[in-house]
Amino acid sequence: MIAYIAKRLLAAIPVLFGLTVIVFAIMALIPGDPAQAILGNFATPENVEKLNRDLGLDKPLVQQYFIWLGNLFQGDLGRSYMQNRPVLDIVLERFNATLILAGTALVLCSVLGLIAGVISAVRQYGWADKAITFVVLIGISIPSFWLGLLLILVFAVNLRWFPASGMYSIFGGGDLPDLLHHLFLPALTLAVVATGVIARLTRTAMLEVLRQDFIRTARAKGVTERSVIYKHAFKAALVTVIPVIGIQAGFVLGGAVYIETVFQWPGIGSMLVTAISTRDLLLVQGGVLVVAAAYVLFNLAADVVQTILDPRLR
Amino acid sequence: MKRFLAAAVAAASLSLAAPALAQTPPNVLVVGQIAEPKSLDPHAVTAVNDFRILVNLYDGLTRYKDGTLEPEPSLAESWEISEDGTVYTFTLREDVTFHDGTPFNAEAVKFNFDRMLDEDHPYHDTGPFPLAFFFSAVEEVNVIDEFTVEFRLGEPYAPFLSNLAYPTGLIVSPAAVMEHGEDFGRNPSGTGAYSFVEWEPNTQVTVQRNPDWWDGAPDLEGIVYRPINDANTRIAEMLSGGIDVMVEVPPDSLAQFRDTDDFNVYEQAGPHVWFLILNMKEGPFTDQAVRQAANYAIDKTAIVENILQGTAEVAAGPIPPAFAWAYNEDLEPYPHDPERARELLEEAGYDGETVTFYVTEGGSGMLDPVAMGTAIQADLEAVGMDVEIETYEWNTFLGRVNPGLEGKADMAEMAWMTNDPDTLPFLALRTEAWPEEGGFNSGYYSNEEVDRLLEEARRATDQSERAELYKQVQEIVQEDAPWVFVANWKQNAVTKDEVEDFKLQPSFLLMLQDVAKPQ
Repeated sequence: MIAYIAKRLLAAIPVLFGLTVIVFAIMALIPGDPAQAILGNFATPENVEKLNRDLGLDKPLVQQYFIWLGNLFQGDLGRSYMQNRPVLDIVLERFNATLILAGTALVLCSVLGLIAGVISAVRQYGWADKAITFVVLIGISIPSFWLGLLLILVFAVNLRWFPASGMYSIFGGGDLPDLLHHLFLPALTLAVVATGVIARLTRTAMLEVLRQDFIRTARAKGVTERSVIYKHAFKAALVTVIPVIGIQAGFVLGGAVYIETVFQWPGIGSMLVTAISTRDLLLVQGGVLVVAAAYVLFNLAADVVQTILDPRLR
Repeated sequence: MKRFLAAAVAAASLSLAAPALAQTPPNVLVVGQIAEPKSLDPHAVTAVNDFRILVNLYDGLTRYKDGTLEPEPSLAESWEISEDGTVYTFTLREDVTFHDGTPFNAEAVKFNFDRMLDEDHPYHDTGPFPLAFFFSAVEEVNVIDEFTVEFRLGEPYAPFLSNLAYPTGLIVSPAAVMEHGEDFGRNPSGTGAYSFVEWEPNTQVTVQRNPDWWDGAPDLEGIVYRPINDANTRIAEMLSGGIDVMVEVPPDSLAQFRDTDDFNVYEQAGPHVWFLILNMKEGPFTDQAVRQAANYAIDKTAIVENILQGTAEVAAGPIPPAFAWAYNEDLEPYPHDPERARELLEEAGYDGETVTFYVTEGGSGMLDPVAMGTAIQADLEAVGMDVEIETYEWNTFLGRVNPGLEGKADMAEMAWMTNDPDTLPFLALRTEAWPEEGGFNSGYYSNEEVDRLLEEARRATDQSERAELYKQVQEIVQEDAPWVFVANWKQNAVTKDEVEDFKLQPSFLLMLQDVAKPQ
């Protein structure tokens, strides 16, 4: 198992490396540079040239990339042009917030999706199945940024049950209940689509398993129905569902980009949006690298869990 | 099982709802900003969003007199200008200390400008200082005695006093710069009405009352600046009570705030012009009659009232009315007169040649450029001009427009916000400001009389003399019509009803020294 994990981690290195090349190239290809973004109307060729020199952007692109790569191996991700702070500090600070949000959303969608899927499958074509399918399809179809705004309107502006934005209260607060209070709406919004996907998939997987011979055998042996469903069928269905949860983890991380913007969640997604629009190359580079690494790790974790559940895969 | 679930849900909803929704406490003002500041070093930033914090933390040698764009004494008590306009001698206030306890004096002033302008200064590497060219006329700064400082300029430069009042001229504590180096922007120290408390990244910047402020301590105990990038979220925070002040309210939402007693809406026209650059080197706009026809054809009132929903006013010329002292009151905007436009086009023998029109998707001060561009296209087509729009993202757009329109387009949208009537005409209307000379005259306008008047206005040190010259410039430029003058934007803000003595300034700087919020 350890050899397997090590192999997968090694395989991730070229992927991450290629990614940094692509991000670097894209940021260089899109028009406009940081100096122009900083100077705005005042971007005369002369001013741009001076600022680029001050920012170290006057060197050839390939050289800039290798300087960046060299620094990366020493754990230095460079300095953000816009914030004039080390990229690593900003990214770590932000990633924490994203992990809390995306992690909560992932737990939420896994639990809710699995429960809904199992109920749907067990009560196939019953009213519970129909109701769940209905709600789940709406959840999959709603654009999450719109759902987020709608939830803010109802629960923050009208009912005033939850704060409209931010991670902690500005006055007082700062403790766990305060965090949960702020976390509820964005985590829910982020979880909705993934919940739907997982629920649909769990339902299909469960239905398939419930028709197999070993379930019939279990029932014939006189095992209780509850035990058949939870001990036999669910465990078998989980093997199919787990990798999808791994993929949803990536989806949730990606979705965090716009949910964080809507809820002003101080995470890596809203940071990337700003960094891209201000052409803050090194910050984009650092942010994407961290998100991609997290994505790789989530998928690896899902595969490991799957291998544990299904000995045939070893 | 069911009963347990119900109890669990009830408990969870209670615990989630338990922390009462944060209302803002009395005497603390919470301002909803449009983004996280880049830095709190006034010399290192360029964004109005950052200036809103800085002007409350720092003072400059001069500042804009309340409600105007005229410089008045601030950290400098008085000044003298030499006959030839190249030597400015400032007498400084003697009762001022920086928030870090070090004294404010002539040495401190010298340090500030040397750091920005002298590439060999030991603290020049704490930059970069993108707007340092505001002071490029300064050749040297000399300490005469402890509270007298002299600026020697390479050539007469009348906007100097106004540039000192701009945030790039705010005075920082040399001791704090020496202590924090390139992290000074995160550990700011000035002389202002409020002193820095903390900056929690992506969440808030907090400042507190400076009880020893030389101009009388403010009423507020503190200000919290919260970055909220999304306009809809900012509105939601305002409506749910999470912030006390919100700036840059989208036109669509202003009415909503106007209709209730819980909020006050403020508007203030500022030093902003939204215009169309016309290509005078080639194509139909080489003819003055065609340029005037475009000015007559476009229904500016409809744009301002319908698209911008009253958040701007119709512009008459290249200098906005916010520069009250330099504005030519006799100037009337080109009226909307399609008939006259058709006559002029016929007179000019316009043959229906296609006009290429550069439109941007958005950008600083550009308001609603796509909708405005489309309306302009429709108005011009109504008088028989065939207009083809090309749309670009802001940075790309600037990259195409700033090097000049020749060979690319006949017309382009543009907007400027400045702090002195000199800036825009000097950088964008003179012959010597053609793109190849490093200026922003992307339409290649050239009028010797305008060049002469603008040069003269720079050399004049007397304000009424300068005003006279600018008024002449406006008249000539309006007649020559190198641009289509479209709109002057009004800055807006919404506050909770509890906020007292709030005021927007024509400078677009958010001065909060006199604001109170007793409950």
